[in-house]
Amino acid sequence: MRIPCPNCGERGLEEFSYRGDATVTRPTSIEPSSESAWLDYVYLRDNPYGPHWEFWHHISGCRAWFRLKRDTVTHKVLAVALAAGVDGEDHRS
Amino acid sequence: MKHSALQIFRQAWSSHRKWPRTWSSPEPKPAYDVVIVGGGGHGLATAFYLASEHGIRNVAVLEKGWIGGGNTGRNTTIVRSNYLLDGNEPFYEWSLKLWEGLEQSLNYNVMMSQRGVINLFHSDSQRDGFIRRGNAMLMHGADAKLMDRDELEKVLPYLDFDNARFPVLGGLCQPRGGTARHDAVAWGFARAADQLGVDIIQNCEVTGMRIKDGAIEGLDTTRGFIGAGKVGLAVAGNSSRLASMAGLRLPIESHVLQAFVSESIKPLVDTVVTFGAGHFYVSQSDKGGLVFGGDLDGYNSYAQRGNLPTAEHIMESGMAMMPCLGRVRVVRHWGGVMDMTMDGSPIIGLTPVTGLYLNGGWCYGGFKATPGSGWVFAYTLARGEPHQLNAAYRLDRFSTGRIIDEKGMGPQPNLH
Ligand SMILES: Cc1cc2nc3c(=O)[nH]c(=O)nc-3n(C[C@H](O)[C@H](O)[C@H](O)COP(=O)(O)OP(=O)(O)OC[C@H]3O[C@@H](n4cnc5c(N)ncnc54)[C@H](O)[C@@H]3O)c2cc1C
Ligand SMILES: [Zn+2]
Repeated sequence: MRIPCPNCGERGLEEFSYRGDATVTRPTSIEPSSESAWLDYVYLRDNPYGPHWEFWHHISGCRAWFRLKRDTVTHKVLAVALAAGVDGEDHRS
Repeated sequence: MKHSALQIFRQAWSSHRKWPRTWSSPEPKPAYDVVIVGGGGHGLATAFYLASEHGIRNVAVLEKGWIGGGNTGRNTTIVRSNYLLDGNEPFYEWSLKLWEGLEQSLNYNVMMSQRGVINLFHSDSQRDGFIRRGNAMLMHGADAKLMDRDELEKVLPYLDFDNARFPVLGGLCQPRGGTARHDAVAWGFARAADQLGVDIIQNCEVTGMRIKDGAIEGLDTTRGFIGAGKVGLAVAGNSSRLASMAGLRLPIESHVLQAFVSESIKPLVDTVVTFGAGHFYVSQSDKGGLVFGGDLDGYNSYAQRGNLPTAEHIMESGMAMMPCLGRVRVVRHWGGVMDMTMDGSPIIGLTPVTGLYLNGGWCYGGFKATPGSGWVFAYTLARGEPHQLNAAYRLDRFSTGRIIDEKGMGPQPNLH
């Protein structure tokens, strides 16, 4: 599996570290009423069989954080975009 | 037919051609009291204990491929009960006790070998942590023994004791730990369950769930609809997919773990050794191959194969611990897909859907749990409530904050 960094192009897997699902949204509220939104953000995942939006960090390269849409069965990369500018909107499409 | 020494002798007269089939393969019935999804060790053990402990025999186990073809047939077969936390240690120790009597209760040779499991430590603080864990094990009735460098040098003379980065100071040993034959565990439970009337149905993939008024009615499968009073999921690695058929999201990511086997060599490793600091562990099979592995690849994956950087890292770690491995050739390697939970501990219990029960989230350590998991899951399915031993493994622990994070890694599945 090779990972295409938006800055550096395709590089070996060992240069990157992985953060996980990029579709969950951190709640802005800390009120008790936001409990289920926090549960959703911290713990619950779609864990799809197929395309998955996920965060990667080019830790041994340019150090950029980016989002990758990758098929979890074939490892085929479908889309990539820098993480900067992620606005909390739903990227599950 | 009961297996015995006499039977082996008798079958020899017909050149071992007249052994009966180990389990029958019936056509699915229209409905069952309990349907178990997943014919791995956990699903088969659950069916066996439902029939043997709770008298529930109108049971089917549905397996999409062949039984034991999932992680049960892909793991490195280590059996142990060396946990720290209260939610874990009593459960795993009960499972180890069941392993100790398993061959008698199943009348099947699962090749349980209590050769000991040794975890190496390399610093004073790591030693203190291991002593604490050893004491927790002793307090829960398990066995644990601290070994110093001198003792280790006698058992494992080939370790690189003076490694510059990770000098070996000693190890925590669980003498009752060891290995078992993975396939035999699936076959033994299948045979014993089949003899008690359980239907084992292979090549039958569950594709959907019928739920009415919040209660499960049955399952759509590639072999038609099968009605069910209760459904138990035991589909390691695929729990999220099955749960999504019931509209549930789980605190799980699916990850791949690799394993490796070397060519057969003369007896070298007569115990199980883990080098956690370097991500490597090894044992030797009865055929002589070294069976070893390390850590997860680290990204979400449903592919039953891993990538080369992890393979390389595991080989490097192995070389660091046992430099003599350098001349040994690897002959096979593979991957298995596992449910990694957000706290690294399994989930066994009820779900928000009435009649639907979940047994999953086994991470990389569910083989040792096989008998214990089947035992408590059968209890939970039969009674509609968890046994004391799996009470802490409830699904709603994530919303109540009662997580069981053995390694203290936080909600980051690839670090557990
Ligand atoms: C490389 C590797 C090494 C490991 N090493 C160890 C170890 O040393 N010690 C240890 O304790 N644990 C270890 N484990 C973990 C252990 O293998 C698992 O936790 C355990 O085997 C899980 O058993 P199971 O019966 O739940 O799952 P499985 O044996 O995977 O059974 C689940 C079954 O469900 C079936 N299934 C899935 N979806 C469907 C569907 N829709 N319909 C019907 N059937 C379905 C699958 O085909 C599969 O056969 C390791 C795992 C791996 C991958
Ligand atoms: Zn880069």
